[in-house]
Amino acid sequence: MAIPETESMQVVYSRPDSLVDVNTHYCPGCTHGVGHRLIAEVLDEMGLREKTIGVASVGCSVFAYNYFNFDWVQAPHGRAPAMATGVKRVYPDRIVLTYQGDGDLASIGMAEIVHAAARGENITVVFINNANYGMTGGQMAPTTLPGQKTTSSPAGRDVEQAGYPIRTAEMLSTLEGASYVVRRSLHDPKNIRMAKKALRLAFETQVRGMGFSMVELLSTCPTNWGLTPLQSLQWLEEKMVPYYPINDFKVAPAIAGLKV
Amino acid sequence: MTRELMKGNEAVAEAAIRAGLQAYFGYPITPQTELLEWMSRRMPELGRAFVQAESELAAINMVYGAACTGARVMTSSSSPGISLMMEGLSYIAGTEVPMVLVDVMRGGPGLGNIAPAQSDYNQIVHGGGHGDYYPIVLAPSSVQESIDLTVLAFDLAEKYRSIAVVLTDGSLGQMMEPAEMPAMQPLRTQFPDWAVSGCEGRERRILTSIYLDPPAEERTNLRLAARWQQVEANEIRYKEYFLDDADFVVVGYGSTGRVALSAVRAARAEGIKVGLLRPITVNPFPSQILDDLANRVQGMLVVEMSAGQMLEDVRMAVSRRIPVEFFGRLGGVVPFPDEIHNEIRRLVQGPLTTDGHPRDRWLRRMAAITGSPSVN
Repeated sequence: MAIPETESMQVVYSRPDSLVDVNTHYCPGCTHGVGHRLIAEVLDEMGLREKTIGVASVGCSVFAYNYFNFDWVQAPHGRAPAMATGVKRVYPDRIVLTYQGDGDLASIGMAEIVHAAARGENITVVFINNANYGMTGGQMAPTTLPGQKTTSSPAGRDVEQAGYPIRTAEMLSTLEGASYVVRRSLHDPKNIRMAKKALRLAFETQVRGMGFSMVELLSTCPTNWGLTPLQSLQWLEEKMVPYYPINDFKVAPAIAGLKV
Repeated sequence: MTRELMKGNEAVAEAAIRAGLQAYFGYPITPQTELLEWMSRRMPELGRAFVQAESELAAINMVYGAACTGARVMTSSSSPGISLMMEGLSYIAGTEVPMVLVDVMRGGPGLGNIAPAQSDYNQIVHGGGHGDYYPIVLAPSSVQESIDLTVLAFDLAEKYRSIAVVLTDGSLGQMMEPAEMPAMQPLRTQFPDWAVSGCEGRERRILTSIYLDPPAEERTNLRLAARWQQVEANEIRYKEYFLDDADFVVVGYGSTGRVALSAVRAARAEGIKVGLLRPITVNPFPSQILDDLANRVQGMLVVEMSAGQMLEDVRMAVSRRIPVEFFGRLGGVVPFPDEIHNEIRRLVQGPLTTDGHPRDRWLRRMAAITGSPSVN
């Protein structure tokens, strides 16, 4: 096979305009970077970068605003959906995005996310579920699996004491105000492509003024899981996916028929 | 202009709307709820944002988000709800975005009751949230003043990129008085150059209260402190009554200041040379006028609906140069003019001392008044 000449080469892959050209603080093998990249690609493709206002949360993604090339505000722990509500109600024609981890969204911020969904708040939530508190060093989260060892469940999550993990997407999908609630995973290329399509549909939901949209993304945390990046991807697939099924839990009919 | 009979809470709500309020977020709590209800009707009919939040936590964070757009935003609550808002207030202060908060104080601590009190002074004036920050706090004593100070609060909040609080109480919020509304201001169309709006045609903007680098956080705190010095230099407001020839001064703010004025007038009628200083800004605190008064009067009486929270600020300004006495009713009990009148007489009769703490002497008197146990 002949090597193509330089003049005929095309750029087929580059940094999205919606990402800033800086190194992130995320650990090697963590899938936050994949999540960031997918959001940026989708906003670029939809031409929304200059209309978007992000709401960062507290946790590993606290500095998300350093990596995205558009306006951001920074919420207190768990309050991103409330803050996003304030932004969106002033600017209904802007795209408002929250990016939240599982401790932030499903523990301290459970009231805010439930009521934002119940109001049908026209925002898009990206929910990173990595089954632990990453930023503070790997404590038990509401999403930690039964028996999973963390720094605050050293003998493994005891469901008699700590209860069972919360399936947030399923729960929020029961609310009338939610128009698009799905779960995807970032553990292999096929699932990453599915995640990107889901993010596209979530933002399409908001562009159409159809109310609350959320994509839960199963993610890895190699540092706190004590696994290599590759082992982490396998652990996610083998342990997390069975408990947190990859599925569409609520898709408004107008979105279900959308071709993207 | 015509004066209308208006309830305090509703007057504050309408005044905020006339001042160009673009978004209101709140949660029901007595004795503030009429304010929320007024907003729920008026804001949508004007095409402006209104959300009844799921909690005060959510309400203050909705305000936080809206404040980051540079819009005129506000929330209102009463003491227990204000306690819940402290997290958001600290973040808002740390992000240096303007907002207006109305606190219609009620009895506490805990669930307390729904009667008027002034025991939020410390958590509002001296900060209930974490970190070094300085809200501007305006304390009206009538429905008309509630209206005027609400309008002023928006201007001051924006001028200093600060939190501005209108500190009222259950009696001011619930009472009806004739008052005049300001004209309706047009909504702003130009937003400040720090605000987020989507980065079309410009560099992106980030609004945050995080400064992970301690020297950067220190610089931020110093900037806040320097800005507060400007507020102290420019914005101290108070009202003097009969102070020119006064030998004794009563100090009281808000509705207690108003009750005290009746007592001062009664004391004047029997020949006592007593005046009243009513702080309008309780933050920044009118320390200088108190300092000046301490050089020419024989004693002061601080009256509050608390166990003496503002008292400490008065004592600091006076620095034990003259005797300061205290009289408080609290837990939702409102002092009568006669009670304060008697306290004025007691002040004049003496003997007075700069020794000890006025709260200790007051507690002993309260034991006699209420039949409650004395501390010693």
